Amino acid sequence: MASKAFQKIYTQLESITKATVALRAQGITNEELATVGGRLAQVVKIKRDLVTLQVFAGTDGIPTNAEVVFFGEPPTLNVSEDLAGRFFNAYGDPIDNGPSVDGEKRFIGGPSVNPYRRKQPSELIPTGIAGIDLNNTLVSGQKIPFFADPDQPYNQVMAQVALRADVDKIILGGMGLTNDDYLYYKQIFENAGALNKIISFVNTTEQPPVERLLIPDMALTAAEYFAVDKNEKVLVLLTDMTLYADALSIVSHRMDQIPSKDSMPGSLYSDLAKIYEKAVQLPDGGSITIIAVTTLSGGDITHAIPDNTGYITEGQLFLRTDSDTGKVIVDPFRSLSRLKQLVIGKKTREDHNHVMNAAVRLYADAANAKTKMENGFDLSDYDHRCLEFAKDYSNKLLAIEVNINTTQMLDTAWDLFGKHFTKTEVSIKGDITEKYWKN
Amino acid sequence: MKTTGIVTGIISNLVTIEVDGPVSQNEICYIDLSGTKLMADVIKVNGKEAFVQVYESTRGLKTGDKAEFQGHMLEVLLGPGILSSIYDGLQNNLVTMDGVFLKRGEYTIALDQDKKWEFKPLASPGDVVSAADWLGEVKEGWLPHKIMVPFTFEGSFKVKSIASEGEFTVNETIAVLVNESGEDVNVTMSQKWPVKVAITKYADKPRPYRIMETRVRVIDTFNPIAEGGTGFIPGPFGSGKTVLQHAISKQADADVIIFAACGERANEVVEIFTEFPLLEDPRTGRMLMERTTIICNTSNMPVAAREASVYTAMTIGEYYRSMGLKVLLLADSTSRWAQALREMSNRMEELPGADAFPMDLPAIISSFYARAGLVNLNNGQTGSVTFIGTVSPAGGNLKEPVTESTKKAARCFFALSQSRADRKRYPAVDPIDSYSKYLEYPEIIEDFKNRIGEEWVEKVLKGKNIVLRGKEAYEQINILGDDGVPLEYHKRYWKSELIDFVILQQDAFDKIDANCPMERQSYMYYLVLDICEREFDFDNFEECGNFYKKIINTLRQMNYSKFRSEDFNKYLEQLNNELNDGK
Repeated sequence: MASKAFQKIYTQLESITKATVALRAQGITNEELATVGGRLAQVVKIKRDLVTLQVFAGTDGIPTNAEVVFFGEPPTLNVSEDLAGRFFNAYGDPIDNGPSVDGEKRFIGGPSVNPYRRKQPSELIPTGIAGIDLNNTLVSGQKIPFFADPDQPYNQVMAQVALRADVDKIILGGMGLTNDDYLYYKQIFENAGALNKIISFVNTTEQPPVERLLIPDMALTAAEYFAVDKNEKVLVLLTDMTLYADALSIVSHRMDQIPSKDSMPGSLYSDLAKIYEKAVQLPDGGSITIIAVTTLSGGDITHAIPDNTGYITEGQLFLRTDSDTGKVIVDPFRSLSRLKQLVIGKKTREDHNHVMNAAVRLYADAANAKTKMENGFDLSDYDHRCLEFAKDYSNKLLAIEVNINTTQMLDTAWDLFGKHFTKTEVSIKGDITEKYWKN
Repeated sequence: MKTTGIVTGIISNLVTIEVDGPVSQNEICYIDLSGTKLMADVIKVNGKEAFVQVYESTRGLKTGDKAEFQGHMLEVLLGPGILSSIYDGLQNNLVTMDGVFLKRGEYTIALDQDKKWEFKPLASPGDVVSAADWLGEVKEGWLPHKIMVPFTFEGSFKVKSIASEGEFTVNETIAVLVNESGEDVNVTMSQKWPVKVAITKYADKPRPYRIMETRVRVIDTFNPIAEGGTGFIPGPFGSGKTVLQHAISKQADADVIIFAACGERANEVVEIFTEFPLLEDPRTGRMLMERTTIICNTSNMPVAAREASVYTAMTIGEYYRSMGLKVLLLADSTSRWAQALREMSNRMEELPGADAFPMDLPAIISSFYARAGLVNLNNGQTGSVTFIGTVSPAGGNLKEPVTESTKKAARCFFALSQSRADRKRYPAVDPIDSYSKYLEYPEIIEDFKNRIGEEWVEKVLKGKNIVLRGKEAYEQINILGDDGVPLEYHKRYWKSELIDFVILQQDAFDKIDANCPMERQSYMYYLVLDICEREFDFDNFEECGNFYKKIINTLRQMNYSKFRSEDFNKYLEQLNNELNDGK
């Protein structure tokens, strides 16, 4: 963000609040960038010649005679193939000691894709995790969050998903990542030797929260470059969207807006939708798929952030530690991928849908048996077999460290069906059962 | 001369403009941003200052930029060619736009300007006509699209000349009328109308008196909606709102379907325009898309246009209603529209009502629902707009302002319940909370008598009562245990399960079950109610459960078989045997 000739410079601030400054200035355009005493700021309100700027890093120590330099344009990102393998901050400046990126300058937060030009998502994104591939299959162009409590290993799971997913580029948008998690991502990407297809935009907890607001737009501008210009399959990881929403509420409160539910801004739905709806299957083969993390407080999904997210995204994935096996699994009951019907049994083997439903149903029977057991009732032979099945199902399929392809998952499931149950108990359509049943 | 003004303030998409002449509330203006025209409409005026909401991003706008006022409100263009189109909330044609991305300031015309339509006159020279009277018709798909005297024409006119059969574009004159002062007025096949104003050029609006078949059992049998009626579907995410609305749009007994995708997922709209062109209308055998218009303002498109989208859809609905057609208007979701109102009200620093929604939200919602209805046209024919909106209550809580305001306005309430969805009982319409006021209308009761039979509504109420008593019994069983309640409780519970599984649940993804005509619905309902009225003897609760499970399974097989087919009859026979085995 170097300064240029003929920039407008002012040195008289009219007012200062915690996050904003206001000054008299001429010819300033809405949403353009500026620096206030060297800190990056953006125009958020204009009233005649009174311009209000939101200072991303906060206004601590800003004097009334701070130098204000206007850039004449909104935030931009230079896009080119050179983005690959690099780490940037919220402003798109390198933080990996590398050179700045040359390329075409693009405004971030650009326009939406014409809905009529979208294609129906139809390509499966395999992750090797059965809780996803088998039960909640991801499809390119989909947007789906992990709903997780802060103590769950969502960053690890997401890193695994990213590295296993068969995509051309992975773009990480880290908002309020702890420094430890940032280093974890960096290390795991480096160790996997996948650095050349990964681009990271990171705001850590050490940096001002309001800066986070730029991260999704930066990440998605880079994603659009690769998906639209290069026809690549791009996977965008956004963690943690709850911290993003918190930053939104900070800004809206400081701008005296009336809060709605859970002290979130009234525009939360539109703000989140603008990000998630960038997920798209393009007509020329490129796609943007978004996997996000929304941390919950005590599993409460009625809070405004997960609630609005659920109305926007195409399903949600819940992580849970299975108490019987001690393994972290993707919860087969509460998780949902709304787009899975577009690929299962079409891009995967014909028995996929049947196997998925039967396994989840039997797992539910096991849950009932467990409740019965806990309440001190006698268990039937079927109940015992269900419980045994549940353990195997959890160990050999659901556990997130299991990494096999979908066909192997289906075969494993048939193995387990044959081991624990009769054909009638599994109750899958006759011809499919005959074809795949294993003893 | 047009009023002009200059921009004096900007907060997000709320812009203030100092004007040099008269402006009116809701007047459209264009703001010139270095050559790009941004459309906006006036939402408040204070002295010389007009507050406008801009339908696009205001990035790059500055004070001093010029605006020009247009002297009219937000209008839609009405004429042949609307059906099977895909528009945004301002009726821009999305199909004819260039490029993958929506471009700011790009406005495309709604109707094909070059297409020739086969015109047939209906009026003759010398006829005296007034607004909304039919002058002629063209075939739009298979529907007769009436060319009408423009709705804006006041007073009566004499037809001076009218085109004879032939091909015309929407802009060619097809009739010359003479007004009361003796001046000639040319009429083309297209006209404009402001979306916020209801089209009321009809004789009167009677109470709805016939039902509209949707082929969804939980609606038609249990909570029927009237033709020209209103209903709404609230439900938390994942409870199947969209699947239910899509099912209704595919199967409803309507001539025209208008689908307003208002602030929802773009991929859902993609599903409609990927699937609809391939789906046949079960009644006419024509492609569904031919009778469908999609108004698409997805969640990432500008918020102000989202608010306009439901009005655009309603105005198009009223236009087709004036042709004597049955229109079904679906809006998904009206909560997003209310949120758009909230965002604007917030920026204007109005005092907020509940959950920061504007104070007049209930009034806005009810005056919108009031635009639906069955009408008698001036020529004695009838037309209707039936409206079903979805509501996305925050946190699934039905006590929030949008749900409550809508409940006051809509006559049918199809409550989707999370617990039913969790148990995979689809459609997850709660049989106890949901209602249809139309079941109380004497006209509707009469309509059912003629359609199905004397005691239909009475039987429906009986069935509802069985479901309610079943639920109460189920609660007792849960508290006291299977053995702790009299066997009678189990019987009650299983009778309600019988109705639930056979009538209320319906597989939207099964070709036969999804599409259940009224004749078949009444047949199955009578059959099920008949079983409910029979008493069987059981030794214990397990025997009771097993018996009902068996007959439920057989009845469901009937649901999956073609009506009165060999398979169907086979299962019917099996059912009768099973019933005879029971005591």
